[in-house]
Amino acid sequence: MSHLLDRLNFFKPANVGKFADGHGVTRRENRDWEDGYRSRWQHDKIVRSTHGANCTGSCSWKIYVKGGIVTWETQQTDYPRTRPDLPNHEPRGCSRGASYSWYLYSGNRVKYPLVRSRLIKLWREARAVQTPVAAWASIVENPGKRAAYTKKRGLGGFVRASWDEVNEIIAAANAYTAKTHGPDRVIGFSPIPAMSMVSYAAGSRYLSLMGGVCMSFYDWYCDLPPASPQTWGEQTDVPESADWYNSGFLMLWGSNVPQTRTPDAHFYTEARYNGTQSVVVSPDYSEASKFADLWLHPKQGTDSALAMAMGHVILREFHIDRQARYFEDYVRQYTDMPMLVRLVEKDGHYVPDRMLRASDFADGLGETANADWKTVGLDAESGEPVVPRGSVGFRWDEPGKWNLEEKDSAGRDTRLSLTFIMEEDHDGVVEVGFPYFGNREHDVFKGTDHPDVLYRRLPVKEVALKDGKALAATVFDLFVANYGLDRGLEDQHVAVSYEDNVPYTPAWAEAITGVPAEQIISVARAFAGNAEKTNGKSMVILGAGLNHWYHMDMNYRGIINLLVMCGCVGQSGGGWSHYVGQEKLRPQTGWLPLAFALDWGRPPRHMNSTSFWYAHTDQWRYETLGVDEIISPTAPEGPWDGALIDYNVRAERMGWLPSAPQLKRNPLTIADEAAKAGKEPKEYVVDALRSGELQMSCEDPDNPANWPRNLFVWRSNLLGSSGKGHEYFLKHLLGTSHGVMNKDLGEQGGAKPDDVTWHDEAPEGKLDLLVTLDFRMSTTCVYSDIVLPTATWYEKNDLNTSDMHPFIHPLTGAVDPVWECRSDWDIYKGIAEKFSEVAPEVLGVETDVVMVPIQHDTPAEIAQALDVKEWKKGEVDPIPGKTMPQIAVIERDYPNLYKRFTALGPLMTELGNGGKGINWNTDREVENLADLNGVVTEDGPTKGMPRIESDIDATEVILMLAPETNGEVAVKAWEALSRNTGRDHAHLAAPKEDEKIRFRDVVAQPRKIISSPTWSGLESEKVCYNAGYTNVHELIPWRTLSGRQQLYQDHLWMRAFGEALCVYRPPVDLKTVKPIIDEKPNGNDQVVLNFITPHQKWGIHSTYTDNLLMLTLNRGGPVVWISEVDARKAGIEDNDWVEAYNVNGALTARAVVSQRMREGTVFMYHAQEKTINTPGAETTGNRGGIHNSVTRAIVKPTHMIGGYAQQSYGFNYYGTVGSNRDEFVIVRKMENIDWLERPAPDAEEIV
Amino acid sequence: MENFLNTLAFGIYPYIALAVLVLGSIIRYDREPYTWRSGSSQLLRRRQLIWGSVTFHLGVLVVFFGHLFGLLTPIEVFDALGISHGAKQMLAIVVGGIAGIAALIGATMLIHRRLFDARIRATSTFGDHAVIILLWVQLALGLATIPLSMGHLDGGEMLKFMAWAQGIFTFNPGAADLVAGAHPIFKLHLLLGLTIFLIFPFTRLVHMFSAPVRYVWRSGYQIVRTRSAAP
Repeated sequence: MSHLLDRLNFFKPANVGKFADGHGVTRRENRDWEDGYRSRWQHDKIVRSTHGANCTGSCSWKIYVKGGIVTWETQQTDYPRTRPDLPNHEPRGCSRGASYSWYLYSGNRVKYPLVRSRLIKLWREARAVQTPVAAWASIVENPGKRAAYTKKRGLGGFVRASWDEVNEIIAAANAYTAKTHGPDRVIGFSPIPAMSMVSYAAGSRYLSLMGGVCMSFYDWYCDLPPASPQTWGEQTDVPESADWYNSGFLMLWGSNVPQTRTPDAHFYTEARYNGTQSVVVSPDYSEASKFADLWLHPKQGTDSALAMAMGHVILREFHIDRQARYFEDYVRQYTDMPMLVRLVEKDGHYVPDRMLRASDFADGLGETANADWKTVGLDAESGEPVVPRGSVGFRWDEPGKWNLEEKDSAGRDTRLSLTFIMEEDHDGVVEVGFPYFGNREHDVFKGTDHPDVLYRRLPVKEVALKDGKALAATVFDLFVANYGLDRGLEDQHVAVSYEDNVPYTPAWAEAITGVPAEQIISVARAFAGNAEKTNGKSMVILGAGLNHWYHMDMNYRGIINLLVMCGCVGQSGGGWSHYVGQEKLRPQTGWLPLAFALDWGRPPRHMNSTSFWYAHTDQWRYETLGVDEIISPTAPEGPWDGALIDYNVRAERMGWLPSAPQLKRNPLTIADEAAKAGKEPKEYVVDALRSGELQMSCEDPDNPANWPRNLFVWRSNLLGSSGKGHEYFLKHLLGTSHGVMNKDLGEQGGAKPDDVTWHDEAPEGKLDLLVTLDFRMSTTCVYSDIVLPTATWYEKNDLNTSDMHPFIHPLTGAVDPVWECRSDWDIYKGIAEKFSEVAPEVLGVETDVVMVPIQHDTPAEIAQALDVKEWKKGEVDPIPGKTMPQIAVIERDYPNLYKRFTALGPLMTELGNGGKGINWNTDREVENLADLNGVVTEDGPTKGMPRIESDIDATEVILMLAPETNGEVAVKAWEALSRNTGRDHAHLAAPKEDEKIRFRDVVAQPRKIISSPTWSGLESEKVCYNAGYTNVHELIPWRTLSGRQQLYQDHLWMRAFGEALCVYRPPVDLKTVKPIIDEKPNGNDQVVLNFITPHQKWGIHSTYTDNLLMLTLNRGGPVVWISEVDARKAGIEDNDWVEAYNVNGALTARAVVSQRMREGTVFMYHAQEKTINTPGAETTGNRGGIHNSVTRAIVKPTHMIGGYAQQSYGFNYYGTVGSNRDEFVIVRKMENIDWLERPAPDAEEIV
Repeated sequence: MENFLNTLAFGIYPYIALAVLVLGSIIRYDREPYTWRSGSSQLLRRRQLIWGSVTFHLGVLVVFFGHLFGLLTPIEVFDALGISHGAKQMLAIVVGGIAGIAALIGATMLIHRRLFDARIRATSTFGDHAVIILLWVQLALGLATIPLSMGHLDGGEMLKFMAWAQGIFTFNPGAADLVAGAHPIFKLHLLLGLTIFLIFPFTRLVHMFSAPVRYVWRSGYQIVRTRSAAP
């Protein structure tokens, strides 16, 4: 009745019993207070959702709602069970995800549409008297008005506006840009569709219907390992984390599983209990290191030397001195090792040239179609050259022979020769030169003094070709010679023992890496020994630690070589486990039509971001890495001149890489011009390009005609996280205050590019409009012109998948978007509606001419087989899709863009659907979608088509069209592939033909996906998902030149840049410290350190780094980690404010001084927001800087190769990558901590 | 008029203050049990708290119990024990003075901490500020009475206050008149003391009722509560 009266119980004993010898008492007292604790954990409902943070965890969460407020979240535990003998997946989650609900109601939430006040003033003024597009034109065409807001980006000044008003500004800007400059000047950057597929698709569908450009991300993030497409023709395909448990020997190499794969780390622990041996390779004492039987800590950036030495040991002990039967059979059938490579003379010696092709022989060895693209081996029985099945030539001629059966083209059984080492097998022994880069000068990375070219004796065969006799060697023999192994050929230069100081012995590697030779030998033996006993159950988990170096390909191929020579790829418990971003969009082929509006027009405009930002943030103007520094001493004849951007321009012109913007003319005007000239648009473009009347935009990126004008950023923090060369973005793209302390090539007097127009005055502020959608005020939002408040991951419906587990599961709205937020789908739908309303002022139904690069997995991927010829230089005719980009003509119906956005268009029934080189009919799925979503009933061009009105409608489109979530489609897809390979694969999906996963199913429980030919692994009751499994077990070729795992890269540019085979390449010298080192003293001591940006524990990229709960767990703001030795040298104590800088810019952070760090390196965990607790830098006077303030993107020519089987462009699949590990910074203690808490120069009152 | 004010302040106001104290505390205890706490800020910052708080509490406890027993014990008890009025006055001056100074020093440190530690200040309510400042003023006033008391070492003034306090509790209608002639500092001290009673139930002061003294003699380390026949 009353708490007080209840306490007044002096006459009734409160103690009614005792226990535990009187140490415990039983009391009779009021227990109402317990309800307080009960109600604390009571809630109204639990909703299933997840976090779209580009975290591969992809964990399903229970979101608790109480009184209409999201209160907290806990981990879901209802994942479908794995098999007996395999640990289950749950629980999955970590502290970061558990803190997410904080964001919904935090002060950092974007609650209303925000717009720069100077812009809205101008807009309202203009709009009062003008129509929308004219109003926009009046602002951006007036340099003073334009500069009034662009120069203030990042300096505050946002005001609220209504949705209607901001949508109108955006629509008017887009329409103006499409009309004036071309739709390909409207750019969209959004990454990682797998983390929220519909949100991604919302923006990309809008842009694609307009003809705008969708930017890639996986390559820009440098998460794409180009070694993967080079070797397998596959972007990235990896084992799920459960498969770690099946491994017998697990190496973690530059991957910090407990920290960055927290929800999966339990499989690692369980594998250890299961008896799996483990070695961790990491320069610092990472969290993962404590799991290891042995921790190897090579000098950072020298991993390929370590991998090469391990390969040296394994080849010696398992392939040469003794042939492990399993390994030998594996490499013969599944790799290019038995293929023949032609040797040519250079400087009195031989160098390996390209692989021999059927067409090199007099009669094409009987091949008529695609003979240039069919590789050749030597049959061991007959000693005759044969054309084994599976090479890319078979993929694109008559179907049925594209498989890995050990047969030749005619169907005869073959057994290919791996080596000509035996006396009777070779016609001679010659000296062959291999490039050596380990002797290059570098202030920090000391090499050895071996010569530039290493000569090794090699057994060769004489073959009769149509142009005469030639020498050929097998890839295996080249491969072994490259590793410097003595094979009894009286070679002076190779290693007889592991102690020899010859590249790539363990003793040599010890000098480079610091890892003791005995450890290298014992790890290599244990790795291969386990693989031999278990048929390939040795695995390497690797990640960004290796992949972010400029020469990441060498780190990766060194490790891939180990896996391949031990038969680990494609075997459960074995293989290459490259874990980076959440790139695995499992229902990809169902999502593509929705995302890129393939139901209305094909192809979409895509762009590889690294090349785009390199050009358009003008980072190329500061390039100091010369081609001569990376070219191979064994490069074939050629000028190999120019700058890095020249190679990119050449690649764009040859159709190897995409372009954006594409032509120095509005593509909407070209059809008219062509009609005037009496030509088809395609013919017109070819002629005009050839005559020089028309130019490609890439040749003059600084010309205002070629600037990107409008940029959408959503689901991304481009400027606070991934933007390498952050300060260059601020300077050139945005045109606002920046921290660049560098001089461009003009100011330095350096050699300028050959193929790119140089403007002495660099542009500042290329963008007219930057629009960002976010739920929190990120660094990117701060620099935007318009910020749109989007729904959080607990306020919308969407889909999520990962490579770490085989489930598809949803994001669901636990509560409606708060304040004025809207889901991404609704935001873009709203913009589309407004656009259709505004556009008719200047746009109607238009004809758009689209340039398309030569795409991987299309018949065009076999473009220039034997040589590289440029039409621009007159070496060859410009042939679209062969020697230059393909040219497509697409109709844009701008007034009906909104209607198209919300209906599934006619091309799905007209052209079907497909992916990765196969195609199937989708009539049934379109019918089913019409039944499920309903059809458009309003009159107009979309009447009768399936509706895509809500975000859930959009998820159903994905789920219905994808083989991974619709068994019927999976069977069709496997049948389509069966026609190519001539083997039956449909059995893999037949038992699941009737299974159709719908949105409500995944809301009920995460579902396992259905096996599909889009991916190379199976998800079944028998095996865990493991990459390459169907290649090995179903004999489906890899999508490479030879159809096998391609260890010899024979493209001209690969040979020119010395990467035909894997070699050790030390980090490159970026020259960013010397010009500034003693220019800006502050009186404190300084150290120069290698700047490393691994992934952190207190955030996923920049998400959570501004979350109070996570900030409380660390130091509440940006930190860098340095070693005790370096701290002592610079007089830095733990928690001191330090500045790190070089010519690219500067950043500020507190120092964490730790024993865990290796001397000579500084870690700055990637993507700590500069919006939180960050003072100004002393050198630049600007706020902090982020980790990317001291970096600059540098492109690599080998990543630009195209039209060459596995080395063909694919969106996020192949292309230049944004490496950043080779960077050095000056680190010193700060003298003045300036929080810059004063108004910006010429600040004005906000309206 | 002066008489009316004196009666209001020292004859009627004490009953209002005590009634609010008692009823307010009961109502708060029953209706808002989760607000019944000391509101310690130790979790936010230990610095200055231990020295300030211990000094303050030690001093203030002595002062509090000194007043309680000093004022409410009938003078006959002291007479029977043979303690002279002068001696009692001296005892009150010396012990009260020392304890009062300790409490004042502690309170000063606590005020400084509450105002100048950004984290503490940001989490403080109006009540938190008011309580510590009022206590500080009350302590200062109390100490300010010492020189006055030095002028009455016979304990005569003290006896008036004892009679007044006992008069309040014995519902003596003439109680207020007993202090009518006291020095204004004494009157202010009394008035502020009653005001502290008045605000007591609305502040963290309620923790005085919940001092965990029972821990000293309770039995059993593990306590289970029976579900049957709970009151």
